[in-house]
Amino acid sequence: MTDAQLVTLAVFLPALATVPISLAASRPNLREAISLATAATTAVVVLSLVPGVIAGARPETARFSIFAGIELGFAVEPLGMLFASVASVLWVVNTIYSIGYMRGNGEPRQTSFYVCFAVAISSAIGIAFSANLFTLFLFYEILTLSTYPLVAHRGDEEARSGGRVYILLLLGTSMVLLLPAIIATSVLAGTLDFTQGGILAGTASPVIIALLLAAYMFGIGKAALMPLHFWLPAAMVAPTPVSALLHAVAVVKAGVFTVVKVIVYVFGLDTLTGIGANEWLIYVASASLLLSSLIALTRDNLKARLAYSTVSQLAYVTLGAAVATTTSVVGSSLHIAMHAAGKITLFFCAGAIYVAHHKTEVSQLDGIGRKMPVTMAAFLVGSLSIIGMPPFGGMWSKWLLGLGALDAGQAFVVAVLMLSSLLSVGYLLPIVARGFFRPPPGETMEEVKVKEAPTACLIALMITATLCVVLFFLAGDMQLLLEGMFAPPAQL
Amino acid sequence: MIEHHLPALLVVVPLVAAVVTALIRHGIAAYVTTLVASWTLPVMALMLLGQVLDGGEVSYALGDWAPPVGIEYRVDGANAPLLVLVAAMAALVATYAPRSVASEIDIGRRGWFYTMFLLCVAGLLGIAITADAFNAFVFLEISSLATYVLIALGRDRRALLAAYQYLILGTIGATLYVVGVGLIFVMTGSLNMGDVAARLAGIENTRPIFAALAFITVGISLKLALFPLHVWLPNAYAFAPSMATAFLASTATKVAVYLLLRFLFSLFGTDFVFVQHPITPILLALSLAAMFAASFVAVFQEDIKRMLAYSSVAQIGYITLGVALATQTGLTGAMVHVLNHALIKGALFLAVGCIVYRTGVFRIDQLAGIGRTMPVTMAAFVIAGLGLIGVPGTVGFVSKWYLVAAALEQGWWWLALAIVASSLIAVVYVGRIVEIAWFREPSSRVRAGKRLPIEMIAVTWVMAGATIYFGLDAEFTAGLAGRAADTLLAGLAGPG
Repeated sequence: MTDAQLVTLAVFLPALATVPISLAASRPNLREAISLATAATTAVVVLSLVPGVIAGARPETARFSIFAGIELGFAVEPLGMLFASVASVLWVVNTIYSIGYMRGNGEPRQTSFYVCFAVAISSAIGIAFSANLFTLFLFYEILTLSTYPLVAHRGDEEARSGGRVYILLLLGTSMVLLLPAIIATSVLAGTLDFTQGGILAGTASPVIIALLLAAYMFGIGKAALMPLHFWLPAAMVAPTPVSALLHAVAVVKAGVFTVVKVIVYVFGLDTLTGIGANEWLIYVASASLLLSSLIALTRDNLKARLAYSTVSQLAYVTLGAAVATTTSVVGSSLHIAMHAAGKITLFFCAGAIYVAHHKTEVSQLDGIGRKMPVTMAAFLVGSLSIIGMPPFGGMWSKWLLGLGALDAGQAFVVAVLMLSSLLSVGYLLPIVARGFFRPPPGETMEEVKVKEAPTACLIALMITATLCVVLFFLAGDMQLLLEGMFAPPAQL
Repeated sequence: MIEHHLPALLVVVPLVAAVVTALIRHGIAAYVTTLVASWTLPVMALMLLGQVLDGGEVSYALGDWAPPVGIEYRVDGANAPLLVLVAAMAALVATYAPRSVASEIDIGRRGWFYTMFLLCVAGLLGIAITADAFNAFVFLEISSLATYVLIALGRDRRALLAAYQYLILGTIGATLYVVGVGLIFVMTGSLNMGDVAARLAGIENTRPIFAALAFITVGISLKLALFPLHVWLPNAYAFAPSMATAFLASTATKVAVYLLLRFLFSLFGTDFVFVQHPITPILLALSLAAMFAASFVAVFQEDIKRMLAYSSVAQIGYITLGVALATQTGLTGAMVHVLNHALIKGALFLAVGCIVYRTGVFRIDQLAGIGRTMPVTMAAFVIAGLGLIGVPGTVGFVSKWYLVAAALEQGWWWLALAIVASSLIAVVYVGRIVEIAWFREPSSRVRAGKRLPIEMIAVTWVMAGATIYFGLDAEFTAGLAGRAADTLLAGLAGPG
């Protein structure tokens, strides 16, 4: 198969798998086997593209004309390659985890769960490989729509109202701000194609460019830039695998991916810094970063705390893009992968605790480390990666973000990064300490029995915890890949 | 030979078939006649469209009386797509109809129902095809009278009141229209649209012509349910039989929109209407009011058909908004939304027809869990609902793109924002149905029920599929709409 065919296959394979998954509704084992096989195949297909892209290849599919010069098409570039790899690899792990979680919890309507999940992954990969803003927007909306049933999955009043907030905020921001911004881009630039160096240079006054940037940044609601972040905590009513993959990986990462993509390939770093249209975004992203860390400190519900932590970590990515130097952009792109591995581990642990002991609040977790040593060890690894300690992946992205900020002469950004690392120590590590060093209520340390989550869950969270370490060593290769964003395309 | 007479046949076939069904009256025979007649229409309409796309306009002198004295039928870029739409909708709903109609209408009245349906089709096709202002009035009355009866045959006694209300308002609208046409005739001595357009050239700025513009605009606006002249529409749609609602919602108002466009652009001329007179701000204000007020009201409806009806009023607002902009892009947006909204609303009302057939439920709160008991129907409903919202990949997105782009071309940022903001209200009322249909436990009312006939589900899915297909491959529809916009903006030549 040619690379272009592989790209198309990667986008549509998960969506096609929905047919056999639905047909196998009455045979859970077969259904999960199909899910897992599709996930593994998709990951292999996506990863097979990586070496070529590192070498400078930019596979493109044929364009399909929709109307009036608006086209549907896919083109792979380094940033999309990274995001697609993250989404597809973690889907495999997540499927393993889901099997344990959904069965362990006896959740209803599991078939529709797997179907919606597959569509969501399809659209995440579609976003990653989109060749222009229209294609990106199409899959962006499909991602929102396909995840809504997952958020409202439980079907009680709380889940329904969480679902309402979710769909209204995500569809609302994308329809009211992102779509007009895209149409305005089309009217101004005459094209929607992602192009190295951007397409908006010299098409409008600095004020218009700055306004357009604002429309994009707040229109991409999935990036959860404050004050449009509150859909994310609301979405935590979803089953934990959904929170893990979608609200730590696919959905929010689709948001920040779009942010970086738009800043690099639509605006162009030089255009932005040349007219200073990015200044305000640095401050907004910094504020979002610190405020959400502070809110995370006050949350007792474990998933809510992780959600606010996610909001703050997403702001890192936006911040790096806002600083708009090549190093900071590489750093923020890297952070997409690093944070994904760390945060999915934390969510897996939160879900494992819920399945095994039905605990949801941080204050209920006394002694949980004694009962679930493997889970809490993984939680520690995930936490350290999020905080940015070596030898875990999260360190490198923060390192590059800091370097990039210094390049741009924004020493204040470095201070923000350090402060927020301290805050993340404050909201993550006490959970681990409580789990290991306090006895469970009503028991002494000696009589505690180990009771872990289902094996499938354990396997999944051990894989992602290992991944946090592996990424520390892979960071160099990933940096090489990402620097290709700014290199002239190689002649092959 | 037959090809030459296509314009006349397009109207004569349903008219004759109506007479035949009225004479047989027997339910099944009447239905078969209707079905056969309806399926000839899209064939003829597509052939006409082909002729227009090949060689420009088709002009037909009725009874060989040369225009402007005789009645001229004229098919050009502006009305050919509309003829295809009306004809195709007639064929599709006729296919959908038999068991739906049998379950909703007494056996003795079914023959009459099909007669009225065919008359309505003939009237709508006639309005769209004729180039004679008075002939358009005649067809307007034929379609309206047939529509009153179709509505009155609806499910309960409130249908009578709805039909009566529409009768009064529809008659007022038609009267205003004919007064306007009379004024034009007095001033120009002609009824042929092309001829009138040529003769109006020197005498535009006279009071009778201005009055004619006002009478005709308001008269047709009543028929197309421009806010605040829409009050007849919600009840009419809510109480008419399912199949009639689906047909009327996707064609009747659209044909009225076309007639208005013909008068504003082809007869009076863009310059006279939009430059010399403040039609743009008036139409813009009413369109925005429709988009927001009617959408908002739709959110609070308890009857699903009324909800969709209010949504129609809002969607007509989008169409008139494109008209108000009076630019190529704006008119393209309006015309493409005429086609797109017909597909969307047709699919939605047909899906509701399926629900009604199976469960007899109209009330939204009684639809709890219906997504789990009727997944196929409700999937079609959701797809069309996404079209209503304007999600990319559906036809609604294409319309929205053109309208927003048209607003941005004028530099009207606030209008672009208003367009997208109002479509957000559609998220609320569509989302409400989705939530009730899937995330509530099914009630006993939606569990029980008859088996759904295959033709009903098939036609519903054809329409729902079309909202996706023409959303992804919009070159055809957008091309037709762009051509229609060009034709309208170019004005009308005299009869050749």
